[in-house]
Amino acid sequence: MSPILLAEQVLNGLQLGVMLFVMAAGLTLVFGVMGLINLAHGSLFMVGAFAAAAVAGATGSFLLALVAALAAAAAAGALIEVLVIRRLYDRDHLDQVLATFALILIFSEGTRWIFGSFPLYLNVPDYLSGPVTLPGGIQYPLYRLTLIAIGLAIAGGLFALISKTRLGIQIRAGENDREMIAALGVDISKLYTIVFALGAALAGLAGALVGAIQSVQVGMGEPVLIVAFVVIVIGGIGSIKGALVGAILVGLTDTLGGVLLPELFKLFMDNSTASSAGSALASMLIYILMAGVLIWKPTGLFGAST
Amino acid sequence: MKLRSLALVAALSALASGAYADSDGAKVKVGMITTLSGGGASLGIDARDGFMLAVKQSGNENIEVVIEDDQRKPDIAVQVADKMIQSEKVDVMTGLIFSNLAMAVVPSAVAQGKFYLSVNAGPSALAGKGCNPNYFSVAYQNDNLHEAAGAYAKEAGYKKSFILAPNYPAGVDSLTGYKRFYQGDLAGELLTKLGQTDYASEIAQIRASGADSVFFFLPGGMGISFLKQYADSGVDIPVVGPAFSFDQGILQAVGDAALGVVNTSQWGKDLDNAANAAFVETFQAEYDRLPSLYAAQGFDTANLLLSAMDKASVTDADAFRAALKAADFPSVRGKFKFNTNNHPIQNIYVREVIKEGDVYTNKIIGTALEDHGDAYAAECKM
Repeated sequence: MSPILLAEQVLNGLQLGVMLFVMAAGLTLVFGVMGLINLAHGSLFMVGAFAAAAVAGATGSFLLALVAALAAAAAAGALIEVLVIRRLYDRDHLDQVLATFALILIFSEGTRWIFGSFPLYLNVPDYLSGPVTLPGGIQYPLYRLTLIAIGLAIAGGLFALISKTRLGIQIRAGENDREMIAALGVDISKLYTIVFALGAALAGLAGALVGAIQSVQVGMGEPVLIVAFVVIVIGGIGSIKGALVGAILVGLTDTLGGVLLPELFKLFMDNSTASSAGSALASMLIYILMAGVLIWKPTGLFGAST
Repeated sequence: MKLRSLALVAALSALASGAYADSDGAKVKVGMITTLSGGGASLGIDARDGFMLAVKQSGNENIEVVIEDDQRKPDIAVQVADKMIQSEKVDVMTGLIFSNLAMAVVPSAVAQGKFYLSVNAGPSALAGKGCNPNYFSVAYQNDNLHEAAGAYAKEAGYKKSFILAPNYPAGVDSLTGYKRFYQGDLAGELLTKLGQTDYASEIAQIRASGADSVFFFLPGGMGISFLKQYADSGVDIPVVGPAFSFDQGILQAVGDAALGVVNTSQWGKDLDNAANAAFVETFQAEYDRLPSLYAAQGFDTANLLLSAMDKASVTDADAFRAALKAADFPSVRGKFKFNTNNHPIQNIYVREVIKEGDVYTNKIIGTALEDHGDAYAAECKM
């Protein structure tokens, strides 16, 4: 394998990783602050993509589409927090899983009801389409480079928010001791709604950004949701830093594993068998990584030790 | 004594079927199980709409259709099938889109004496050793379109194909089907994850492989993702694939990225025959969208059933089976007949994606395989 191909695959892994981070950040915040398992996070990803596709179709502007994705997902997030999620904080995780699973079904069939069963069209805007040549002669799509930049910018913004602002202090306090910050006079239910809407908006943004190079269809959020859970378990639940490191680890493992394992197997097997055995093992790789991390550090890489 | 009662039964049943033929055929109850919710819903909806359009046009009041959703889950499909056979008492079943669901339902349904007419799924297991006189695949055998893609690639003079498909039985079969007719060298062969949405890594490998053509079978959303990312990557190696990733329902979601791509299909909306012209026009008038391959398959399936109902009563299984096998209906595909294993012998065409006004659609540019059967018919003993 040539160094150029390897470098391109590392970029692919990084791009997958930062998009996973944008998705996982909201999930880990909600779990860390509210102790809530939100299976409907993938539905918010879908809401963002559909809102972006609808607005891009009507106005032709990709930027407006991104704004719409943020707004629609945040609004949907705030709405379900007030109507449903709020009633679940004191229930055990099984009730939360059951209720948020119901939300997935409601979102999926609701979206089908509004937009129909056929996938929607959402594409990369002209000014971001096509490949650029990087130093070393690597041809790489400009849009994917943009995704990496946006993902890293969001990571920087979130760290600043958590460490520098009043809201960030409340979020960190909420993670440590929910009862205490309520007792200190912080409006906890408003804080919860804000955190939930923030996580939802990030998921929606990820949906819109990724939707431009994928298929915008009902149920698109569920596969991402599973990987996002793997990310936050590896990173340590509740930790933004953990989500970033976990996401990039998962992105690189998944991409490089998928490329290198079949190549490795080809050394001692025929092509077809190596391809099928390699890809089968590669699809398990992130779960093997998760199991390995959990054996080594049961609370995840950056999880609070209990 | 025994012989006499047998003779009596035979005489009575002959009388009965004669009586039915005198009146205009017995009632036929059809159980349609198809995918109407979840990711594959657009396929099932098209097949259903095509089927119901033919039923409506026939004006035949002796046909009753019960429609249920399988949610693309084999266990649900089996439950619904049991209900349809036991409490609804259907005579004929149809509708399943996905092969894994068909494998769960069809063998037991035909074993209970029901007829099954497939609107889409045509797994190899049911075409060869597992064939059954009561099972008819009206669409194709699963390998057919991939074989045609291979034949096209060979004809076009490609020497080094890069081929990829998802890692599941139909995906592996598609690569086998392509290789069966392509017979050239491979620049690479990849099995991707089922449901994968990001193909950056595969596209990088295609770019580095030095291939002169790419064959892919990625049905549904996977194909949309692949084509968009492929177009954005700047790789300009020609792409060939089966019709599934270029069907009317999903082309609009792919957009410009699909323009000019060559794909293989046993049907196209511009196929020149009277039945097809009428079908395309009436489908558009009824549902306000262009018909897809699945709609055409549903439409043909219903017309096949209606043609058999005109000739024989469903209560006389042998006569009804013979009437189905005769395939005496105006197919939107033009020439159509059944092989010895009840799978189609038909032409498979090469189509190219074009833009008509604002709508992306396909134009037939040639024939990949003429009067094509399938590779499993010889294994079928019935």
